[in-house]
Amino acid sequence: MSWVGLLFWLLAAVTVGSALLVVTTRNLVHAALWLVVTLGAVAGVYLLLAAEFVAWVQVLIYVGAVVVLVLFALMLTRAPTGPQPDLTAARILPAAVVAGLVAVLLGATVVAGFHDVRIDLDAAVVGSAEVTGETLFRRWVLPFEVLSVLLLAALVGAIVLSRLREDDLDGLERRRDGEA
Amino acid sequence: MPLWWPLLLASLLFAIGVYGVLVRRNAVLVLMGVELMLNAVNINLVAFDAHLRDVLHGGQTLALFTIVIAAAEIGLALAVVLLVFRTHGHIDLDRLRSLADRDGLDELDQRGPRLDHRGAR
Repeated sequence: MSWVGLLFWLLAAVTVGSALLVVTTRNLVHAALWLVVTLGAVAGVYLLLAAEFVAWVQVLIYVGAVVVLVLFALMLTRAPTGPQPDLTAARILPAAVVAGLVAVLLGATVVAGFHDVRIDLDAAVVGSAEVTGETLFRRWVLPFEVLSVLLLAALVGAIVLSRLREDDLDGLERRRDGEA
Repeated sequence: MPLWWPLLLASLLFAIGVYGVLVRRNAVLVLMGVELMLNAVNINLVAFDAHLRDVLHGGQTLALFTIVIAAAEIGLALAVVLLVFRTHGHIDLDRLRSLADRDGLDELDQRGPRLDHRGAR
């Protein structure tokens, strides 16, 4: 096995192991920190697959912004920092069965469908900032602009939601109780 | 590198995300499961981009778009979670029954005290 393969399996082991810890740990803050490890290892997989710019965007946006947002939400909802016995619902067995079936079905399908296909990484064009920027702004301009409008809409929505005042909430509650 | 290596990794990551969404009770932890699933999809996109050597770089571009959408989703979802915390005093999904059928569920809706934006009463 080449060093690329070795590195890939190393990163894959780190990804899967830390992802399992994200969904099983009893400590809220630890879950967010294990998420950092998972996302960083996935960025390494992107680098191996010749997607350089995507890897750095992953580090910047996911590891930088998203995890910080998640940690902020944990602090603002006054998450306890110690271990919590009741973070996981009583439906572990059905959930594990469903997740296992998803893994087996998807995994068997991709292995059966692509077991003899190889990625020629030597011939792949490295998605550097230059290459990605050129394709993004030559070929994908319209989707890019639509996406920026979506981002703006999400931003406005988040601001509106977090600025709802006490009387707005009262109105919402009255309407809810009236319907009940 | 065989193509099925990254695809298998993506399948496993997706399944782990599904497990997290199904089993967690804290709303923020459920969102972490969603992030894991989105990352699994991104691995697929990047792997197929490297395999097909698409001149448009469709896979990598769509992976970037997915990352942006994930950022928008997490921002909006965390605003909703914080609003739920302000009105209910907790974000335990098993106890949030305001949207459920009300018949016989009223006594189960254990609504806590109303909190202001700092989480104080």
